Amino acid sequence: MKSDITIKMARCKGCGICVAFCPREVLALDELGKVKVVNGEACIACGQCELRCPDYAIFVDKLSDGGTAKEAAQ
Amino acid sequence: MERSYEKYFRQNRLPHLWCPGCGNGIAMKAIVQAIEKKGLSQDNTVIVSGIGCSSRASGYMDFDTLHTAHGRAIPFATGIKLANPDLNVVVITGDGDCTAIGGNHFIHGCRRNVDLTVVLFNNKIYGMTGGQASPMTPLGKKATTAPYGSIDRPFDACKLAIAAGATYVARSTAYHEQHLVDMIANGFDNKGFSFIEALVQCPTAYGRKNKMGSPANMLKWMRDNAVMQAAWEKLPDDKKQGEKFPIGLFYSATATDYTTAYDAVIERAGGAGK
Repeated sequence: MKSDITIKMARCKGCGICVAFCPREVLALDELGKVKVVNGEACIACGQCELRCPDYAIFVDKLSDGGTAKEAAQ
Repeated sequence: MERSYEKYFRQNRLPHLWCPGCGNGIAMKAIVQAIEKKGLSQDNTVIVSGIGCSSRASGYMDFDTLHTAHGRAIPFATGIKLANPDLNVVVITGDGDCTAIGGNHFIHGCRRNVDLTVVLFNNKIYGMTGGQASPMTPLGKKATTAPYGSIDRPFDACKLAIAAGATYVARSTAYHEQHLVDMIANGFDNKGFSFIEALVQCPTAYGRKNKMGSPANMLKWMRDNAVMQAAWEKLPDDKKQGEKFPIGLFYSATATDYTTAYDAVIERAGGAGK
């Protein structure tokens, strides 16, 4: 994983802006209509979802080492 | 990772009450990012708002805040600025609040060149009260009070501000979030009346009435129709038709701000025991 996606579920209202602007189809709305990560591997950490989330519910951080340290720690 | 701008929000008040997909949240984030960018102190910045969807923003922002009477945010803000000119005073208002109910306060705030930064969240409709047409509802667009489309010619709030004497006038949109941050941040630098119109989507009232689709589609409408001011000026008139509109900095000028002028009066009148 090249990125770390944080979702504050209590803030998400399921407007779908993040899903629509994601260029890699990383995100989708779940059965309850809230955002979920469906293809985290494809995330390029462009931050389009975070930029226009009106509810400050999703945050993307680029992992500088390509995620190896994080994965190793898990 | 926690974002640094989160410290400017009253965390126990979030999530905010705006509808799913409402652009006000994006504009509110742009304001706090601009405040952070310019390093304005949380203790020395006051947020003043009027009434309406937009004006609920003051309740979520961790500054000294004032949620005032409908249309009257600018007079309250003027009072705050005159009482303590060291404060940074930011006004959050909406299209109805600013150009209808507070229309006179708006033009006279501009005329006096009070050192305020006024951010107008323009959703083109009265969202909170049920989708009535506002003075900024475009011609032909539907609202609950204009079921056949509005026949009232809309205000261009930026042109109004320029004509009334504001010394910094800019427009951006929720789609152009980072540009909006820049427009607001540059407004803080101007010592005088700074006016920034932030176009925001109202998917519940305006969008639904006008069949604009999802909140994301409304943002894409902004992307497709907003033209940067430099490109707009070069555009032939026939290309300026339809729904295209300019964004960017429209006007900036230097003029004596109201506090400075008022200080001079106090001085001439023998001081105020300073």
